[in-house]
Amino acid sequence: MNNYKLRITNYGFLALAFVLVATGLFYQTALAQEPTPTDDEVNAIAKQLYCPVCENTPLDVCPTEACRQWRELIRQQLAEGRTEEEIKQYFVNNYGARVLSEPPRTGFNWLVYVVPPVLLLIGAAVLFNAFRAWTKPKVAASASGSGREAEPSSVDDEYIKRMEEELKKRK
Amino acid sequence: MLPEFGYGVLLVSFIVTVYSGFAAWYGVRNGSASLVESARRAQLLTFPLISISAAVLIYLLVNNHFEVSFVYEVTSQSMPTYLKVTAWWGGQAGSLLFWAWLLAMFTSAVTIRKWDRDLEFLPWVIVVSSITLAFFVGMVVFYENPFTRFWDVGGQVVPSLFAPSASATVFTPQDGQGLNPLLRHPGMVIHPPMLYLGFVSFVIPYAFAMAALITGRTDDRWIRITRRWTLWAWLFLSMGLVLGGRWAYDVLGWGGYWGWDPVEIAAFMPWLTGTAFLHSVMIQEKRGLLKHWNMILVILTYSLVVFGTFLTRSGVLSSVHAFANSPIGPMFMAFVSLTLISSVALLIKRWPELKSETEMKSMLSREALFLFNNLLFMGILVVCFWGVISPLASELFTGTKITVGPPYYERATGPLFAGLLFLMAIAPLSAWGHSTVQTLGRALWKSALLASILTVVLVFTYTKNVYALIGFFLIAFVLSATVHEFWRGANARMKAQNENFFTSLGRLMGRNRRRYGGYIIHISMALMAIGILGIEIFQKETQGTIAAGESLELGEYRVEYRELASWDDFGAGVNYTRSVVDIYENGVFIGQLFPRIDYYYDSQQNMTIPGQHATLRDDLYILLVDWQPVSSQGATFKIYVNPLVNWLWIGSLTFLLGLIFAAWPDKDPADEPIRRKVGVVNRQTSAAD
Amino acid sequence: MTESSTPTKRSVPMWAQITIWVFLAGLLALVGFGLNRASNPMAEIGKPVPDFDLVYFEGYEYNGTPEMKLSDLRGKVVLINIWASWCKPCEQEAPELEEAWQLYKDRGDVVFIGVDYVDTPEGAFGYLKKFAITFPNAPDLQSNISSILNRQMGVPETYLIDREGVLRQIKIGPFASLAEIQAFIANAE
Repeated sequence: MNNYKLRITNYGFLALAFVLVATGLFYQTALAQEPTPTDDEVNAIAKQLYCPVCENTPLDVCPTEACRQWRELIRQQLAEGRTEEEIKQYFVNNYGARVLSEPPRTGFNWLVYVVPPVLLLIGAAVLFNAFRAWTKPKVAASASGSGREAEPSSVDDEYIKRMEEELKKRK
Repeated sequence: MLPEFGYGVLLVSFIVTVYSGFAAWYGVRNGSASLVESARRAQLLTFPLISISAAVLIYLLVNNHFEVSFVYEVTSQSMPTYLKVTAWWGGQAGSLLFWAWLLAMFTSAVTIRKWDRDLEFLPWVIVVSSITLAFFVGMVVFYENPFTRFWDVGGQVVPSLFAPSASATVFTPQDGQGLNPLLRHPGMVIHPPMLYLGFVSFVIPYAFAMAALITGRTDDRWIRITRRWTLWAWLFLSMGLVLGGRWAYDVLGWGGYWGWDPVEIAAFMPWLTGTAFLHSVMIQEKRGLLKHWNMILVILTYSLVVFGTFLTRSGVLSSVHAFANSPIGPMFMAFVSLTLISSVALLIKRWPELKSETEMKSMLSREALFLFNNLLFMGILVVCFWGVISPLASELFTGTKITVGPPYYERATGPLFAGLLFLMAIAPLSAWGHSTVQTLGRALWKSALLASILTVVLVFTYTKNVYALIGFFLIAFVLSATVHEFWRGANARMKAQNENFFTSLGRLMGRNRRRYGGYIIHISMALMAIGILGIEIFQKETQGTIAAGESLELGEYRVEYRELASWDDFGAGVNYTRSVVDIYENGVFIGQLFPRIDYYYDSQQNMTIPGQHATLRDDLYILLVDWQPVSSQGATFKIYVNPLVNWLWIGSLTFLLGLIFAAWPDKDPADEPIRRKVGVVNRQTSAAD
Repeated sequence: MTESSTPTKRSVPMWAQITIWVFLAGLLALVGFGLNRASNPMAEIGKPVPDFDLVYFEGYEYNGTPEMKLSDLRGKVVLINIWASWCKPCEQEAPELEEAWQLYKDRGDVVFIGVDYVDTPEGAFGYLKKFAITFPNAPDLQSNISSILNRQMGVPETYLIDREGVLRQIKIGPFASLAEIQAFIANAE
């Protein structure tokens, strides 16, 4: 009998312990969610996004009420455990690619990234070609233009001239 | 009565401008010197005429004539008088008139120079500048009239210049809408005039270039005439850009000075080509090379000025600064097309006649390095231009809107700017005509060594960021090489003239303003680069909501929230919310700052004014983001530490000094004894006006 | 200088000229296109509206279907009201719009569709509840509907499409009264 009682209390104790542990666990998970993401964490993502309604204003510095809501949305999604990429994707799905500070590298948008370097390379190629044309073949024919060379640079005074000459010396 | 008068004068100035252009063209076609002279005088007349019209507008603005729709849109009774004056360029119609007025100032000024040696240019310069002026005045006269009034037509308010019907009466609203609060900052008072001055003054070099192409006088005369105009144009444009940056830093409240916004880029692009032009004209002057290229650059610069104005005013690109949609878009489009197509056609026609007089001899000669410099500037231009245009292209071809923002620009232009710094260090020490690795090395090894030592020191004391270190190395290289160049010159003179060092330096610089002014500008560019590197790479920020007595920490700073007060200034129509924060550096109290938010009732707009604590090392920049009515409940602050950013402003000031030094009118050359010696071979200089 | 030019003077080769002109023309065309878009931002009245589809907010469906195409609504007058929860002027007209919907909803031949322009779900549902809105509502995902209607980017804007799918009327800014909404709808009847 006693034994039985004891066992019951034991069970009761166990149950209590279980409840305590469980609430403890629950409490811990609750705690893990509790500290809402800081402003800095929100801004780190908002910085990479643009306000979908105002033109050309990054979301982290946009002062409007709408932007405040979007920052809260980021905070909420962070709290739900979404990653930076997922949040950005959410914004793109909802508001279009224009919320990204750079166009996504897909399809036509590749042109955005490819055109400037290509043009720069073309420019460099043109320049080097011109150099080759200027420097190599015409040395013999340069007599016609060499009058210019004897003429010292027009505005410079004597000392500048002397300094310029000095620059040409090898040693 | 007054608005009609102002408009009447404007109409007359439009007619005079058109006459001037037409008379000059007809005169030169038929060899009538008197007709050309008449055109010249007509052009001279445009400035006083437009000034009268502008004076009328200012009078209306200052005296609260709200029946004039433009006055109604940009002023209100509560604004102080100086702001009412500057509201002149606070709206589309007024700013176009302002632009036309500045343009008339320049085109009139150019007609009173001594023309005796360049008479063949005169009519064509008048034609080109009159067309431009007529376009802008025409915009104001026909599309964006600042003298339009409100009329009450049977209870309906209609904007119109003249009474829409016999029974209509002028309608005067009680108060105006007031100037956009963003434009009430002192920086905004000077920034647009500077930028516009820079824009319009590039019209002069362009007009001369066109005149040179049309007349076939394709030597470097046009470059020598416009040299100083170009320098001043560049000065104004540069100042406009810098002031715009400062304004953004102080008023826009995002902790930065430059956001790669399309409108900023639109102003930056002519600056890029203008800078390239300033460098490449030197090659034409000294070596007779690159005549084609200079023409291309001047055409590009002018086109970009008009194009940039068009982009920002027509609503093609939306942006923070953009003016609302307006009917002037198509007109601007037509004008841009006209100038581009005619300039390019003219250039192609004259292409064979623009022949180089010498050859390029070495890839390391100074002229070659200038070409690399031009290549880099063009690279930056392409990056900017494509960045602005590609959203348009994307919308056209894929139907989706995209944003091209700072990451794109920073990544793409960073290496190009680094390349420019490198050239800035080595080009002044390369020789015209011919340089080799040995000659360059001999001139530069000391500076390079010094810069390397400094960089190593920075690795141990400041940063290990590779990009920053490359940047700092280049900056140090530029500074030491340029300072060395000053020293070399002064030293050479000192030995020869038996003067002391500073007298030598002063006289040398005084006699070679453009050269040494240019070097001062190089130094200031390096200083500005320090600031840009600092804020781009090392900027730190944090944000948090704190109650009174609590604090936020960032780096070595601690910001403690004291109190907050909110009150109305009904006279000015503003609600101020001002917070008080104590700032501590490494635990030591260093002062109080007052970040605040101004709410403007008339435009329902917030302005976030940061509290700033500026030192050479960094800027502590605190924004009040949000607040609770009771201060104990807390306020949200955003804090930035912007390292080194003040070097940007220091550099800007040095830049201004250097530029004024370079562009200041010379004394009469005859006073200069030293020049007489070289004067024999110096056949083309005296006209450096 | 013309005299001193040597016989080597060459004009710009034809291919280069063509390249330059093609490039210039392309550039101007591109900008012209942008300008055209910017200065004619409105869909054209009297022209059929291009088809689009949308997914309703949960609880704000029409006839119980979660998705729809505009073309499914042929034979009905469609009023598309574009709004956002952050938009203050929208709040002015929201009660009147709901009031109007109560008048039309049983007739069955007039449909109101609220289109929520760039908004957060939380804000949107809060707004719909606050004004007790019951007519169908859907988010404007990726601003597709806005760009199809080719509208100006302000809110509110209201579009009226007739039984044949032709755009009849556009209202920019909020309605001032119920009567104004009724008069607006009468344009398609």
